[in-house]
Amino acid sequence: MRNDAAKLSADVFAEAIGKAPTRDGFGKGAVEAGKADPRIVVLCADLAESTRAEWFQKEFPERFIELGVAEQNMATVASGMAAAGKIPFIASYAVFNPGRNYEQIRTTIALNHVPVKICGMHAGVSVGPDGATHQMLEDMGLMRMLPGMTVIAPGDAEEARKAVAAAAKTDGPIYLRFSRSATPVFTTSETPFEIGKALLLWKSAAPKVAILSTGSLSYAALQAARTLSEGGIESIVLHVPTVKPLDERAVLDVARQAGRVVTVEEHQGAGGFGSAIAEFLSGHHPVPVRILGVADVFGQSGDPDELLRHYGLDAFHIEKAARALAHI
Amino acid sequence: MLIDNEIQKLELRAQDIRATIIAMLVAAGSGHTAGPLGMADIFAAFYFHILNHDPKHPEWEERDRLILSNGHICPVHYAAMAHSGYFPIEECLTLRKFGSRLQGHPERLRLPGLETTSGPLGEGLSQAAGMAYAFRMDGKKQRVYCLMSDGEQQEGNIWEAAMFAGKHKLHNLTAIMDRNNIQIDGMTENVMPLEPLADKYRAFGWHVLEVNGHDMSAFIAAIDEAKAIYEKPTLLIAHTIPGKGVPEIEFDYHWHGKPPTAEEGKRFLKEIRTLKGKISHEYA
Repeated sequence: MRNDAAKLSADVFAEAIGKAPTRDGFGKGAVEAGKADPRIVVLCADLAESTRAEWFQKEFPERFIELGVAEQNMATVASGMAAAGKIPFIASYAVFNPGRNYEQIRTTIALNHVPVKICGMHAGVSVGPDGATHQMLEDMGLMRMLPGMTVIAPGDAEEARKAVAAAAKTDGPIYLRFSRSATPVFTTSETPFEIGKALLLWKSAAPKVAILSTGSLSYAALQAARTLSEGGIESIVLHVPTVKPLDERAVLDVARQAGRVVTVEEHQGAGGFGSAIAEFLSGHHPVPVRILGVADVFGQSGDPDELLRHYGLDAFHIEKAARALAHI
Repeated sequence: MLIDNEIQKLELRAQDIRATIIAMLVAAGSGHTAGPLGMADIFAAFYFHILNHDPKHPEWEERDRLILSNGHICPVHYAAMAHSGYFPIEECLTLRKFGSRLQGHPERLRLPGLETTSGPLGEGLSQAAGMAYAFRMDGKKQRVYCLMSDGEQQEGNIWEAAMFAGKHKLHNLTAIMDRNNIQIDGMTENVMPLEPLADKYRAFGWHVLEVNGHDMSAFIAAIDEAKAIYEKPTLLIAHTIPGKGVPEIEFDYHWHGKPPTAEEGKRFLKEIRTLKGKISHEYA
């Protein structure tokens, strides 16, 4: 059943559930953070409108810095600004940031350990029609391998807003991942959010399987749990927005309860969230883990929903994988 | 204008720094030789005259910032820091050793007084520009200096930074390019031609000066001119001799990326001593 403590939207299972892209949460969160702290600056590489950096620009034109199409410079200028006392958010598409500028991030932000907040937009196949070149599926892997880097994939626009505001108040380098297309806003302003904490969305007294999910696919995981329950299979859904550092206690707890784990992410199955869960559980509580992610292929053009279905990342496929695992 | 006596003192400082570099590289058994020797005069000028800094309080907020972009020449940076009082000169001999604060390429978190972590080329100018931009936003007066190599001008990131600094007219930023004409694979103009460097930077909106990087008073005068330019960032193209101070390796690109052996080190130290009649006694 739904976990009431998560204070999810009253419309969570309604057709009419509100939708918004998580990048909107970035725009709102950045403005909020900018109001709270004059050290916040936002840097952008010729994508102010689509990253929603423009919302910050309108509010704080003097603290918005346009770099042009130069993501390597964006990362390194941000490193310098952080060293001079600013808290920079750098925003571009995830394929370029942290794709194009990976080594700059590694050396001048991560190893140098300065508080730059790297915002990767348009992550995952749900970018849609733009196709494989613009569908970043390797970013969480790249970022979570960097020592000292925090990695956050918010579940919806509301959580994204909170994550950005929280990142502004948290020291050190942080990677935040956002998506382009509108997705259900299943959390509310009352829903707890803390960097490093997972959120139980669905619980049961005798779960047969735990579904651990990150990013906006957590909504599909929740839908899958409901369908499973209707079919007599009890499950747990743990939404894990902070991929690094993992909420180890929460992960261990659900793995112990259910004994079987399905992970869900809009990312390559290799190296991302599922890998992080498997790495952790293999050392602490080895249980069967089924990783749902993109299976070592690039994306392609299409509508977001049909792409998620094609790559096996919609509620139907999550339910199917969980059911198969529950019956082992 | 500095009086001759002060110039001479700076030149002697540079010779001390060179002697320390040789000792460090021999002890380390790896590292770059030509670049650090070639930049000893400029580092002496910075650490003993130009920088507004306090070696005993490296975190002092009002300090000028010196960013070393081509981190591989860090032996000269470490030697200059040690000689100016950031840490004991003896610590220089730990260069590249396990547990040392003097990493093979500089790491800010390990050694107070370093402004950034560097080594991968082409990234320092952007960081310096970011600092200069932030200081100007806050009305802060300190200056930002970026030391970079000529070879790293082949990195695209450098030109992104040059565009940015030109667009924003960062007059509090001064870049110094070590124009020694060598890189690992040979002469820069053979590996990938860079000229006309001055025209390129001018086209990007910079004030450009060319200076002999071994002429202490000319270099300091050029820095003074850069400080007086209010409309643009300034680039000093400092012409230097790789391996300067050790005649047998000067101009030889083979010395870009290797250290002297113990035998060579002894000989090089003598050559440095012969030049100025002076040597740091510790390593003789």
